[in-house]
Amino acid sequence: MNSLTEKNFLIEKFTKYFLGFWAIFTGFIFPFTIFFILLYESRLAIKHFGIVHFLTSTDWDPVKESFGALPMIAGTLISTFIAILISAPVSIGIAIFVTEIAPRWLKGIVVSAIELLAAIPSIIYGMWGFLILAGVMRNKVEPFLQKIFGPIPIIGKFFAGTPTGVDVLTTSLVLSIMIIPFMASVVKDAFNLVPGVMKESAYGLGATKWEVIKDVVIPYTASGIAGGLILSTGRALGETMAVTFLAGNVPQVPTSLLQPFTTITVALANQFTEADTPLYLSSLFYLSLFLFAISFIILIIAKLMVLRIEKKWKK
Amino acid sequence: MEKITLLKRKIINKVMLFISFLAAVYGLFWLFWILGTLFVNGFKYINLTLFTQDSGPPGLNIGGLRQAFVGHFIITVLATIIGVPIGLFAGIYYAEYGKNSRFFQALRHTTDIMVSIPSIIMGAVMYALLVVPLNHFNALAGSIALAMLMIPVISVTTYEMLNLVPYTLREAAYAIGAYKWQMIKDIVLRSAKVGILTGVILGVARISGETAPLLFTSFNNHYLSFDLLKPMASLTVTIFDYAMSPYKYWHNQAWAASFCLTFFILFLFLIAKLLLHQKIQFFVKKSKKEEK
Repeated sequence: MNSLTEKNFLIEKFTKYFLGFWAIFTGFIFPFTIFFILLYESRLAIKHFGIVHFLTSTDWDPVKESFGALPMIAGTLISTFIAILISAPVSIGIAIFVTEIAPRWLKGIVVSAIELLAAIPSIIYGMWGFLILAGVMRNKVEPFLQKIFGPIPIIGKFFAGTPTGVDVLTTSLVLSIMIIPFMASVVKDAFNLVPGVMKESAYGLGATKWEVIKDVVIPYTASGIAGGLILSTGRALGETMAVTFLAGNVPQVPTSLLQPFTTITVALANQFTEADTPLYLSSLFYLSLFLFAISFIILIIAKLMVLRIEKKWKK
Repeated sequence: MEKITLLKRKIINKVMLFISFLAAVYGLFWLFWILGTLFVNGFKYINLTLFTQDSGPPGLNIGGLRQAFVGHFIITVLATIIGVPIGLFAGIYYAEYGKNSRFFQALRHTTDIMVSIPSIIMGAVMYALLVVPLNHFNALAGSIALAMLMIPVISVTTYEMLNLVPYTLREAAYAIGAYKWQMIKDIVLRSAKVGILTGVILGVARISGETAPLLFTSFNNHYLSFDLLKPMASLTVTIFDYAMSPYKYWHNQAWAASFCLTFFILFLFLIAKLLLHQKIQFFVKKSKKEEK
């Protein structure tokens, strides 16, 4: 009897420490190892270019071994920003439709269908964008936009250039489709957390459905919506394959929506296998380090906002 | 006057609700366009050659994608074997031991963040860890990169599934003198097994479609290879190469491969969703019974 207790006690201890080790590995060792490996591999570039110069120089020239990341960083930020700009209203619209309007049977179908958008691999988005959408953009949409916006003084500049279909606009459009499911799901969850009493009291005062949404639901869930926005920003920043197909991979800071450009992920995907000198490779690791740090910080902010909203209403 | 403002409010209401309906239509429009294109372009090029022959030389209309299907299978299975246990262990600890520890809850949130980290980062890390020391691209590095993507997904879903197990079940086990490990093994894992399976399926679905981490780890190979320390073809990287190539025949094969890959992933996704739905219904019913 005693030895059985002892044996069980030992298994108990072992299980606890064994599982505990993997928990610490997954939540602590793993992210930090990634960070330190990237930091270690990029030491050469950090020493050579410093931080400020690397982030502000526009000169990316593997032949001269001069590496400035501004074109990639600007490209990443611009395409992400436009993608969020397109997908935010759509996602909020979808969340409103699903939580407030749709009949029960339709609700499930729409939610699942929008979730399926997230299940399509990013390479499929890229290939479809490159072989199908780019042609439509080049022949139909972009000339049309040029005709409308071209003559307007300041806005016209954003549509200057020859429509190629492989440019900032197409990339951002495809990115925006890819992040709709993430944003819509966070916003929908936030909308579902609004207490029914709040809505009912507004209806009791004679408000219409839209007024309830605008004046009760949206203000009440503002931080959830913001969390969703930031979460999808984090997603869009790191998107690789779709962007690689569509960006055109030209290291320049785009001044028009119809210009080809590059992003951090495009540079990594295209150049990692070509980097032949230590400094070149190290600069690419420096780029990945920057991408890792930026996405990690953005995701932390998103997480904190979503946690706050849950704490507030789950009580 | 009052009537006019009321009318205006009603019209605005209808218009805005219609706009949000259009938003849903907009989302569905893209889904159907993409899936429709895949079906139309991909389905007709699926034939036996695609699965039974290796790639042909560029420009000639011969060859299939056998090496990519086989390679993709090997890489994904290996990643699953490495990733699932680690993710499971961590998820169980977060749910059963670390519930009241602020430190472990912080780790869990970090894990949750790691789910959304750009996948290309894993590729870069494995390039530094396994490709540079071995001097050439290898399939093992690709598998581990995918496993690294999978671990956070598995541990987060495992944690959530174990959380659905009612606490009374655990207390019942304790009451008859079970050790914690016995309770976890016989009660918690047993009642959450469908949920955990769902998590694993979702994890496999997630890594099956990944390209970025494989670009510079397992790279590509035009011939069938079983050597884990050599470059190995995968469907996604092959699709990337073929779609970027100027050859019509390769485009067609890329569409066919994309069709297989996407519908396989959607299939996994739907199974996971179905299992999850049943699971939640089961617990909801159970807790309602308990309340009575």
